[in-house]
Amino acid sequence: MIAELGQLSLALALAIALLTSVFSFWHIRRETLGSHYLSRALGGSALLTFLLTGVAYAALVFSFISSDFSVRNVAENSNSALPIAYRFAASWGSHEGSLLLWVLMLAGWTAAVALLSGRLAAGFRVRVLSTLLLLQVAFLLLLLASSNPFLRILPAVLEGRDLNPLLQDPVMVIHPPMLYMGYVGFAVSFAFALAALLEGRLDPTWARWSRPWANAAWSFLTVGILLGSWWAYTELGWGGWWFWDPVENASFLPWLAGTALIHSLAVTDKRDALKSWTVLLSLVAFALSLLGTFLVRSGVLTSVHAFATDPTRGILILSLLTAVVGVAFVLYAWRTREVGLGGSFSLVSRESMLLSNNVLLVCSLAAVLLGTLYPLIVEAFGGEKMSVGPPYFEAVMAPLLLPAAWLMAAAPWSTWKTTRAQSMLRPLVWPLLVSIAVAAGFVVLRGKGSVMMVLGLMSATLLATATLAHATGRVRLSAQRSLWARFSVHGMSYWAMITAHVGIAVFIAGVTLVNTYEVEKDLVMRVGQTEVIEGWQVRFDGVRLAPGANYDAVQAVFQLADSSGKFITNLTPEKRRYLAGGQTMTEAAIRYGWFGDVYLSLGEPMESSDDAPQAWSARIYLKPFIGWIWLGCSMMALGGAMTLFDRRYRVRGKAPAAPIVVTA
Amino acid sequence: MNDPVSQQSGIMPEHHERLRQLSTELRCLVCQNQSIAESNAGLAVDLRQQALEQIQAGKSDADIRSYMVERYGEFILYKPAYSASNAVLWGGPFLLLALVLVLLVRGLRRRNRAVATEALTADAGDVLRRAKLEERYRRESHD
Amino acid sequence: MKRKFLIVLPILFLVALAALLARGLQSDPRHLESTRIGRPAPVIVLTTLDGQSFDSRTLTGQVWLLNVFASWCSACVIEHPALLQLASQQRMPLVGLAYKDKIDDTRGWLFERGNPYSSVPVDLDGRIGIEYGVYGVPETFVIDAAGIVRLRHAGPIDNKFLAQLEAILAEQGEKK
Repeated sequence: MIAELGQLSLALALAIALLTSVFSFWHIRRETLGSHYLSRALGGSALLTFLLTGVAYAALVFSFISSDFSVRNVAENSNSALPIAYRFAASWGSHEGSLLLWVLMLAGWTAAVALLSGRLAAGFRVRVLSTLLLLQVAFLLLLLASSNPFLRILPAVLEGRDLNPLLQDPVMVIHPPMLYMGYVGFAVSFAFALAALLEGRLDPTWARWSRPWANAAWSFLTVGILLGSWWAYTELGWGGWWFWDPVENASFLPWLAGTALIHSLAVTDKRDALKSWTVLLSLVAFALSLLGTFLVRSGVLTSVHAFATDPTRGILILSLLTAVVGVAFVLYAWRTREVGLGGSFSLVSRESMLLSNNVLLVCSLAAVLLGTLYPLIVEAFGGEKMSVGPPYFEAVMAPLLLPAAWLMAAAPWSTWKTTRAQSMLRPLVWPLLVSIAVAAGFVVLRGKGSVMMVLGLMSATLLATATLAHATGRVRLSAQRSLWARFSVHGMSYWAMITAHVGIAVFIAGVTLVNTYEVEKDLVMRVGQTEVIEGWQVRFDGVRLAPGANYDAVQAVFQLADSSGKFITNLTPEKRRYLAGGQTMTEAAIRYGWFGDVYLSLGEPMESSDDAPQAWSARIYLKPFIGWIWLGCSMMALGGAMTLFDRRYRVRGKAPAAPIVVTA
Repeated sequence: MNDPVSQQSGIMPEHHERLRQLSTELRCLVCQNQSIAESNAGLAVDLRQQALEQIQAGKSDADIRSYMVERYGEFILYKPAYSASNAVLWGGPFLLLALVLVLLVRGLRRRNRAVATEALTADAGDVLRRAKLEERYRRESHD
Repeated sequence: MKRKFLIVLPILFLVALAALLARGLQSDPRHLESTRIGRPAPVIVLTTLDGQSFDSRTLTGQVWLLNVFASWCSACVIEHPALLQLASQQRMPLVGLAYKDKIDDTRGWLFERGNPYSSVPVDLDGRIGIEYGVYGVPETFVIDAAGIVRLRHAGPIDNKFLAQLEAILAEQGEKK
């Protein structure tokens, strides 16, 4: 009954969204009904569809938590022995469930836009909300036609198949929602861009409205990707954190486009320049989200992440993708002339610095897209099946993205319209010296270095030092009296930039250092035996049984001590066997540290030749500075979130005056 | 994580390192996109064993790669070959970068020259059009 | 003019991408073409299940089938009846490569289900499998009279395979 209620809710949401959006588009075009009336109606419609979609999702969650195995989705992805948190998360553990989550997020963002855009020009607001509602229609149609999570399986099974053990991890509870918030969030800037094209103009406040939505979506996507990466690290047992797997690339593509977009929006907002390009980027970012959705669910590329696939489903998603993006690009081609190019700027200026950031990001995007699709292209032209894996991506991405870091270091000193190159380069002299010193220091202390390591670490240090130098300079030279005023006068956006850019430096440093200095060692240990690896001592204390809610496990206990023998912590890696499906999983034990992790993975018991106590194999990894990867990404996401608190966006009483800039 | 290959006794460290490096470049054909370094599937272990034996027999990395390709095709290599057919793959992004930069610099220079001259010759029609847009916007945004 | 082209570029790109992805949907990303097709079949010199020695070179001059199987392979159970039927027609030798299996297990499995094979060479560590580019079980190779590999079928044999086999046999029959 609950499942049917969910289905009904979705059908209602579909009907309301379809009717109101089509109605509004019809009337706004002919100007037969007042735009205020339509605007208010659409606002109500947005809230209603969110409510209905929420009810539907609640119905699905209820089916999972109550272990209703008459619902096929629950039977295939859950189990009554599954802990309740995972039963909840299993609602998005399948294609159908996660697609419903997509739809819920889309309805949520639409409702948020409806609630927060009261001061937006009515005609424009109508177009934005109608676009978002039509997107909901498209996805609801896809869902109900091919991926209905509420289908029954009759007769009901007594016990479910269980959630894939790889997904039974705490991060599973937040990674997909965060990721989808990001993917779907770009639909908002997409809608804003489409609305501008439909209206045939792009007034200067368009960018200011669009920015917080793009920044918010970008922050969520950053967190989502970061969590996915951290999850791979903790869960997969060999300490890897990024594989350039097609599905990972599918999330990285909209991230790259999104990063370009948030910077391009800044130019359009501040200087009313790059207008046509920013509109195109807004369309492309969401198009890439849709492409990602397709790649994950169609089975067209092999991936560890791919959902169970079905060719008909793939064709439907491809059709949706082509239709939505096709309409958007046709509109762009048709209407962009009216949008105009915007203000001009000289070859060396803040605009050009941001534009070059965009260029590098777009080329990196092209590289990732090309690498991911190349095997398909080769096959389409009759060539032999081939693979494009990490060696390609690592070789190509570094030369494209490191220059971006160098530009970022100089960028805070650039000025709008025109800048003297010298005024950007002079402040970089002593950061450059610092970066040389730091890189040299590492080579000397560690006794090992490489060209990539030096380049990477120097870039990271240069960026961090230059950015912090700019910030401290600003604070020191500020005319304000109190320390607080010295900080706050620059605005939240400035500090957000500082945080995010330093975050990138931290990220680059982490990646460079862990790739250069990580160490792994295979161990075979008897109980009581101690092994030494670099600055650590590991002593094997034996194994014990550690059963869990839905699995049996053998847990090994290792004592970790530093080089002087002082006890640090116990490490307890496990080998689990999940009762429902019989799968075995290895759970690594990780000792997290600010300057590096100790990662211990349990192997197999070794056959002992005599009555000697049994030995176990294990593998230990030392991963220096790997935590900086997650820290750097978190700082980036934090920076993105901070921009939302800039005083320009605060809707308290007086609305900030909408300046109408007449372009020169 | 059991690695029956690298846990054999008597493997020289440099061989171990070469094996590890090479294994990250070879695809595990029975897995859903993992290298044979990361997988303990039967075929992955067998291929690692083969690779190790060849390293110990003095074969070069290139020899081992072509051994694998001869039996399993280019698909097994994660690093695409530097061949003419892969030129677009390896060179494409950089060509794009160069092309875009050239076009942008030229385009910007041209526009700056044009704007400089246009500012001196803006006509009444332009000014009127802009004024109309401003007025429409002002009307609509006072809701 | 150039601006017009740039503006239409996204649409062109989308069309190309959609065409590529549609084409991609039609092929199976897990399917791997054998590199041995059209090349001489790697020589197999192994001991068989009953202790005889097997040399694949003795089979030149006729079309023969190499079926890679194992007792631990569930898909092999599916194709076994078809193999038994093929063997009963006695048109060509059917060699079963026992791939990475314990000898006793292989014997027991064949005893339970019937033995369609003229010989069962035992590939304990899978090395011959690697020579043939085996990446899963079951796989079936068709080798012609000249010792060239003509076909590799991955997965249980089906009607499509049998049709292809007929075509090869017909062509080889004409050659004689």
